[in-house]
Amino acid sequence: MSEELSDGVKELESMIGEEYKYGFTTDVEYEDFPKGISEEIVRELSRVKEEPEWMTEFRVKAYHAWKEMEEPTWFNATYNKPDFENLLYYSAPKKKPQLDSLDDVDPNIRETYEKLGIPLEEQKMLSGVAVDAVFDSVSIFTSFKEKLAEAGVIFCSMSEAIKEHPELVKKYLASVVPVRDNFYSALNSAVFSDGSFCYIPKNTKCPMELSTYFRINNMNSGQFERTLIVAEEGASVSYLEGCTAPMYDENQLHAAVVELVALDNADIKYSTIQNWYSGDENGKGGIYNFVTKRGICKGKNSHISWTQLETGSAVTLKYPSVILKGDNSVGEFYSVAVTTKKQQADTGTKMIHLGKNTKSTIISKGISAGQSNNSYRGEVKISKNATGSKNYSVCDSMLIGQECGAHTFPYISSENPTSSVEHEATTSRVGEEQIFYLMQRGISEQDAISMIINGFVKDVLKELPLEFAVEANKLLDVKLEGSVG
Amino acid sequence: MLEIKNLHAKVEGEDIEILKGVNLKVNAGEIHAIMGPNGSGKSTLSKVVSGHPEYEVTEGEILFNGEDITELDADERAHLGLFLAFQYPVEVPGITNKTLLREAYNTIARANDREELDPIEFEDYITEKLDVIEMKDEFLSRSINTGFSGGEKKKNEIFQMAVLNPVLSFLDETDSGLDIDALKVVSDGVNKIANDKNAIVMITHYQRLLNYIKPDYVHVMMAGKLIKSGGFELAEELEANGYDALEKELVLNGEAQ
Repeated sequence: MSEELSDGVKELESMIGEEYKYGFTTDVEYEDFPKGISEEIVRELSRVKEEPEWMTEFRVKAYHAWKEMEEPTWFNATYNKPDFENLLYYSAPKKKPQLDSLDDVDPNIRETYEKLGIPLEEQKMLSGVAVDAVFDSVSIFTSFKEKLAEAGVIFCSMSEAIKEHPELVKKYLASVVPVRDNFYSALNSAVFSDGSFCYIPKNTKCPMELSTYFRINNMNSGQFERTLIVAEEGASVSYLEGCTAPMYDENQLHAAVVELVALDNADIKYSTIQNWYSGDENGKGGIYNFVTKRGICKGKNSHISWTQLETGSAVTLKYPSVILKGDNSVGEFYSVAVTTKKQQADTGTKMIHLGKNTKSTIISKGISAGQSNNSYRGEVKISKNATGSKNYSVCDSMLIGQECGAHTFPYISSENPTSSVEHEATTSRVGEEQIFYLMQRGISEQDAISMIINGFVKDVLKELPLEFAVEANKLLDVKLEGSVG
Repeated sequence: MLEIKNLHAKVEGEDIEILKGVNLKVNAGEIHAIMGPNGSGKSTLSKVVSGHPEYEVTEGEILFNGEDITELDADERAHLGLFLAFQYPVEVPGITNKTLLREAYNTIARANDREELDPIEFEDYITEKLDVIEMKDEFLSRSINTGFSGGEKKKNEIFQMAVLNPVLSFLDETDSGLDIDALKVVSDGVNKIANDKNAIVMITHYQRLLNYIKPDYVHVMMAGKLIKSGGFELAEELEANGYDALEKELVLNGEAQ
């Protein structure tokens, strides 16, 4: 590579490595548990949250299941295992956890969300978007609750749902991701502290976008949130989560479980903009993002779509999946994963076809820069009874510079001859020739690079809800923003 | 308009010179052809003139309308009205031809304090230019060169040239890989664009292209230098006798190295 070219790539890398803008900490008084995990801690957590007996037992059982499980190592990433005895399993700002009026929210925390560009006052918000704000272990505030209730939609924190809607939570919690599904789902089941709950009744189109913003503030706390979305027959909803965290030298653990249930003709669209702190250029600090996300198309003609823009975290292990149980159901996965510096991402999806004439689409775009490592891991399984089913997968990787890596691990199995599975994969490098071509047409180097990347991710970003497409573009631009010219 | 003086250039980080003292003068209203065997440095010349970062100029200078552009970046040269039709046009998936061209057109307009075109005005402007290469509307909304046939890629270069309306264009082997019908369309396009205010430098291996686009001057390039210049008859002579014969003749005359 010529010197000038390598300068260009360095410039590009520094653009991508733009400083993390959400790395500040908020000064709040905490009500913390002692560090470490035990049955007593789990029981105490349940007690503090004033949970019913069945929930406490659910947690204790999960804790014992987790104790017997081994931490997985099969993924394409290396890191120091979290020290589970040195984590805070409950860390809540000292004020009353769930509030009815914004005036009761700690002004420091309100300011935090302002700084993150998420004002909690309803009149300041994007119209048509309801927000649940989760700060460390607890939900701070949920907006537009009343307006949603008029439509029969329940949107509240998980803690509140356990108390107010126990029959629904009992019925669906751990119905898609069983407690013992994996090491981190078992841990989450034992110690999850909060998260969002959404319930859309029969034949109801949720009148607004729902969203949750997760913020990890406390240095030693793990964040274990639990989200459950249920769309009854003929219901539809679009949900978005956003995530940020301060910059610390220590790694923080984020181990969430998200479950989606779509009954007959229901439609759930779940979008993620993940921008956890990714650590510094030496790989120090950053979030471990170990998340289990799964949806079930339980009813016929149901539809679940995952869209994710993953830009942060030191290590990401995440495979939002769909179980296509209902006949004619449709599962989709659209993903852009950007890794820079020493980030490691092993992400992808699973599409499990059980019903007849089920369809799935996977579009994955990985961008790797710096010394990062970006892997796509996807499984497509078509069972014997899933006749006439179809999968179409595309996974494209783009490399920036010489020191990063991109890998693709597709696992495909089809047990009946009437179904079809198509898989395409490409790897390209943001090349000097592409940049030169656009510059020769008069476009600046920075605009040329941004054009190339935007073109690469276009098929995925267009799947984001309109309200958030702007935010996603802004985030990509921040990652790409630089001092060229 | 363009004056290249004793231009020497090499690939960055390597020792071997590819251009070894090129001299060339191009005036407005002229069409030049540079011919030469493979590896003689023709394509390198077009890349060095348009500012490809892979090359380093070690000696000499490039003057464009009196201004020394030897150290300018590729986009700055484009703003001055320099255009390169690529031998191998590059694919950029996900960005349409129209998006690129509007961005490029307006960037160049801004750099020259000319008025930018809004999307609706630009739509009219660009649609008109499609006639130059006889393409349909859908050409505009396709991703840049992505999945284009070889002929479509070359037509797209000439189309972009028509839209950006450059002062000086280098056409790098625009004829290579074209069948006779496509060659006609491309040549007609170039002839429509050529006028007495702009200039064109064609780089080609064969005389074929020159039957469709008549050059005022023909130059022969060998071993990094323009070794002979003349009119159209020089191209005919080359076609008849080949580059070897010319090389021998020059050696006999003591003109070649």
